[in-house]
Amino acid sequence: MSTVVGLTGVTKEYPGGVSALRGVDLTVEEGELLGIVGPSGSGKSTLLHIIGTLDRPTAGSVHIAGHDVAKLSDRRLSALRAQHVGFVFQAFHLVPGVSARDNVAEGLLYSGLSRTVRRRRAAAALERVGLADRLDHRPHQLSGGQKQRVAIARAVVGEPALLLADEPTGALDSASGAAVMELLRDLNQEGATIAVITHDTEIAGRLPREVRIRDGEVVADTGDAVSAHGVGAAR
Amino acid sequence: MTRRLKAARLGPRDVLHVGSAGLRSRPMRVVLSALGIAIGIATMISVVGISASSQAQLLRELDKLGTNLLVASPGESMFAGEDVKLPEESVGMVGRIDGVQDVGATGDLDASVRRNEKIDEGDTGGIVVKATTEDLLKVLRGEIGSGSWLNDATGRYPSVVLGHVSAKRLGITGPGRQVWIGDRYFTVVGILAPLPLAPEIERSALVGWTGAKRLLDFDGHPTSVYERSTDASVGDVRKVMGATVDPRNPQNVKVSDPSSALRAKAATEGAFSSLLLGLGGIALLVGGVGVANTMIISVLERRYEIGLRRSLGATRGQIRIQFVTESLMLSGLGGLAGVALGATATGVYAGSGGLPWVVPLWAVSGGFAATLAIGTVAGLYPAIRASRLSPTLALHAA
Repeated sequence: MSTVVGLTGVTKEYPGGVSALRGVDLTVEEGELLGIVGPSGSGKSTLLHIIGTLDRPTAGSVHIAGHDVAKLSDRRLSALRAQHVGFVFQAFHLVPGVSARDNVAEGLLYSGLSRTVRRRRAAAALERVGLADRLDHRPHQLSGGQKQRVAIARAVVGEPALLLADEPTGALDSASGAAVMELLRDLNQEGATIAVITHDTEIAGRLPREVRIRDGEVVADTGDAVSAHGVGAAR
Repeated sequence: MTRRLKAARLGPRDVLHVGSAGLRSRPMRVVLSALGIAIGIATMISVVGISASSQAQLLRELDKLGTNLLVASPGESMFAGEDVKLPEESVGMVGRIDGVQDVGATGDLDASVRRNEKIDEGDTGGIVVKATTEDLLKVLRGEIGSGSWLNDATGRYPSVVLGHVSAKRLGITGPGRQVWIGDRYFTVVGILAPLPLAPEIERSALVGWTGAKRLLDFDGHPTSVYERSTDASVGDVRKVMGATVDPRNPQNVKVSDPSSALRAKAATEGAFSSLLLGLGGIALLVGGVGVANTMIISVLERRYEIGLRRSLGATRGQIRIQFVTESLMLSGLGGLAGVALGATATGVYAGSGGLPWVVPLWAVSGGFAATLAIGTVAGLYPAIRASRLSPTLALHAA
């Protein structure tokens, strides 16, 4: 087992003195499925951006898939995202008017693979999420749950070290939401490391590990790994 | 695990694909913003094309008329007021120059031509009465519009051939009519077709050489000697022509080459109006501003897409190249449409005027290069803005 995410003393302050994160320590090992949960304004979105290397902390160190983010240029950071991080968004962010297959293949665009390989892998990824019969459907022909599955396929098609899902069920009804969570659990069973960011304690509570965030600090972590403030206590 | 991170390059096909994605999703906007560029390029291409076509037409005409015609006429005398004339025998002398094929001559007469005797003598309408040798028409490669040319028989009697301008001025449309020359009526036997190489003949009334001597007191001294030689010997003939025409006073003879005047005219026709070209340039510039505008809006609208691409691993450079490519394609489309439009406009103009259809390659390639330059410049600022967008902000925007 190796460490996929390693945060130590991560602090993020925005201009004007607002602190979104205050000294967060978080370690995620390979193969974990965890929920990062907190009310809006707790700093969980900022945490997502920092783990996803879309933003850099003002203090503290961030290691993703063994790379020290602070030492990477924008180019290398982009390559890190291309190779090691997959994102799933609440709003899906599919390209309108483009088939499900090509939307998924877009996830490999910046990986350096040829178009043929990208499309072949995209088909396999769609099959994996149960949409083998929807390869040529365009986003407007798909239900919300199907769209989110396409987005998940796009995130996992490059076999990233870490899958970050930001409120993946936020725009879905409960049945589709449950199906999406089931899919994430299955993917985790097959070895994917997944972090689900949500405000929904119910969803987070059903995941093997739950990290609670409030006011920019980790207030609870059910994980066995080294945790913030040494709080290993379960609920 | 810590293998070196290296951003992958996008292949040319992928760059085109990514760059055209935005265009494909908004075809109407593409048409409208490419239109500005298209109008600018079309203006420039048609201005250049139409001038080039007119020029080609003149040069083609020139080819047909030949560039081997020389005209000798009396120059300015050194003594003011002295009437300079060419010697009577000069026509025969020129005919003996090596390489000369045909010689013809005209001699100006004092008489004027009028519709009838009641019209005032001073009212010449700018028409000159000339005596002419029979060979003149052959030398000029002229053609008879209607009627016939002067011959041995008609040249002796009061008959006249009118240049096409003089016929129009006299209001005469065909042979058979009579005009008043000197003190008697002459019968119009023919009217000449236009003679681009000899506009002075177009504005003349031509009377036979012998007839003029007999009826109009012509002294037999030619005013202009026209000769046609082989193409190869034009230069040599030109050198000796002055001395041949008037061996005693060669300095009094002016030798001219009517085709050079026509060639100069062709050059002026080819010099397109810089004003129109400037207008085209302004249209092109405005088109470029339109493209820049469209690109800025496109970047604003697609913040989330930019954020998504960054999260998928696009580098700043790859975002930049995506939007520059989009801008290039937008203006390139406009440029292509403009070239097609300009070439068509030139074709329509040439077709309606019976001109050859000429669209110079340098104008097409230059116009296209200009659109690409404009596309790059117009796309650069929006692209840089797009690449500097924070990925997190972009994701929030959706």
